Amino acid sequence: MSEKFTKGMARNIYFGGSVFFILVFLALTFDTVERLPERDHRENITESVALGKKVWEDNNCIGCHTLMGEGAYFAPELGNVYDRFGKSKEAIKAFIKSRPVNGIPGRRSMPQFNLSEEELEAIADFLKWTSEIDDANWPPNIQG
Amino acid sequence: MTTLVKYQSQLVAKPYFIAAIGLFIGQILFGLIMGLQYVWGDFLFPEIPFNVARMVHTNLLIVWLLFGFMGAAYYMVPEEAERELHSPKLAIALFWIFLVAGALTVLGYLLVPYARLAEITGNDLLPTMGREFLEQPTITKIGIVIVALGFLYNICLTILGGRKTVVNIILMTGLIGLAVMFLFSFYNPENLVLDKFFWWWVVHLWVEGVWELILAAIMAYVLIKTTGIDREVIDKWLYIIVAAALITGILGTGHHYYYIGTPEYWQPIGGIFSAMEPIPFFMMTLFAFNMVNKRRRDHPNKATVLWAMGTGVLAFLGAGVWGFMHTLAPVNYYTHGSQITAAHGHMAFYGAYVMIVLTIISYAMPIMRGREANSNKAQVVEMWSFWLMSVSMVFITLFLTGAGILQVWLQRMGEGQNFMVVQDQLSIFYWLRTISGTVFMLGLIVYVISFFIKGEEKAAT
Repeated sequence: MSEKFTKGMARNIYFGGSVFFILVFLALTFDTVERLPERDHRENITESVALGKKVWEDNNCIGCHTLMGEGAYFAPELGNVYDRFGKSKEAIKAFIKSRPVNGIPGRRSMPQFNLSEEELEAIADFLKWTSEIDDANWPPNIQG
Repeated sequence: MTTLVKYQSQLVAKPYFIAAIGLFIGQILFGLIMGLQYVWGDFLFPEIPFNVARMVHTNLLIVWLLFGFMGAAYYMVPEEAERELHSPKLAIALFWIFLVAGALTVLGYLLVPYARLAEITGNDLLPTMGREFLEQPTITKIGIVIVALGFLYNICLTILGGRKTVVNIILMTGLIGLAVMFLFSFYNPENLVLDKFFWWWVVHLWVEGVWELILAAIMAYVLIKTTGIDREVIDKWLYIIVAAALITGILGTGHHYYYIGTPEYWQPIGGIFSAMEPIPFFMMTLFAFNMVNKRRRDHPNKATVLWAMGTGVLAFLGAGVWGFMHTLAPVNYYTHGSQITAAHGHMAFYGAYVMIVLTIISYAMPIMRGREANSNKAQVVEMWSFWLMSVSMVFITLFLTGAGILQVWLQRMGEGQNFMVVQDQLSIFYWLRTISGTVFMLGLIVYVISFFIKGEEKAAT
């Protein structure tokens, strides 16, 4: 690098540039948090939806599935599973309940989590609520 | 045992590096298990379901890289500061705490169902578990914070009480950033969108933010040592690289805010800034090659120089090029959450963070073991492991990219086909990926063997 470009200048770009973009990022974060209620329909987060998120986390569902595209890629996207299952919470619950304990020979299979009726209802409510978030029309089609 | 370190306290780095390599082996073993589960769905089911194997694979990666970063800091900081480490005893105590906590956590993953682990570790009191990469029980997370605080205390006091080099200052800001961003792992609101938004403050601002500072500082240190280039030149590069990393990387966080319920202005902002994220990595490549070409001495440790240049190239390809491929919102609309993401993740982590840790280990271990460089014979074996691991990682990435392109085509275009129907059609790519992964494991075994090869020792210069 040229001699005219001094270490002091390089340092100033580092500190100045970082501080500037941290401030811009914080401002955008503030704006995003302000606007989120328009998109996340938080008024519909019932106790059951909140419990559903807890069930989702306590069973590490994200270790196989994606949820709005984030997670593992071993099993189907679940952000739109409520739509894919014909907007039926019962279908979601029946699927989770019916997983064989010892899997399916040669195939991928979801474990049997032995969820209670309340937990099943909660996870279905959580997935329904998630499917209704305004996520810029993702995924491109029903397959997820 | 004789050693060539300038400050005795640098030796605390050794157990950190050994633990890092040990956990690395575990990480790859679970990677192979997952690779097989992709093609042979019921492999080890229900004993080790995929989600458990993945958790072990990714968590071991994070933990062993942290061991590597901490070892690197303990090795570099005293020499840069020109004084002994503030407290070597604290460093050793924290080593054991971190290792035992890490081992117990992994055993917890493997021995009890995850929901039971959440229950017995009190996840109900402060729920933080069950989110990707942050699966650790809350109590483990608290342990990580305690270890990080003790580590930072030790490192910062050493740096502030000694010579303040640019390498040390950048390393310190990177390490402080790492600890601060991790605190967001304790924020887990009921609202999934908010949860995801701040989850990225840990994940993105680590790997595309503060970790790049640590990477650049280690790279600069190793290049100073191996090329003999004037510090003034290296320092300027270092400042400009980390400036570029933060200027592009902070707003680049926006490339994760396209399709998770966040406002749509993130699409252009995230796109523009993350499209520039390859710049710091390209500069890193130029930096490494330029310094090596203009070197003022021929360091006897050729393997280290190879690792350093390899880091430059594969970090640019994996993080830079493979990241750029799917970072623009209209492309990401189709590739988001597909095997393309997996392809990028593998080469980026290997090229940037795995290789920089192996670079500093390659440089520091021989010195800690009493020689400036290993014997020629040992270095040749180490360089074999470099090529085996790096080439097989390139193939893993290419096969996952092939799988990803086909997946997007079959599943996301038009009406699309069902997820599992598509997965079956990708199995040839998954088989080839698993074969490449096996070669990677062979490379890792060769790497470990290289530590035990004696041969003629180079005289210290």
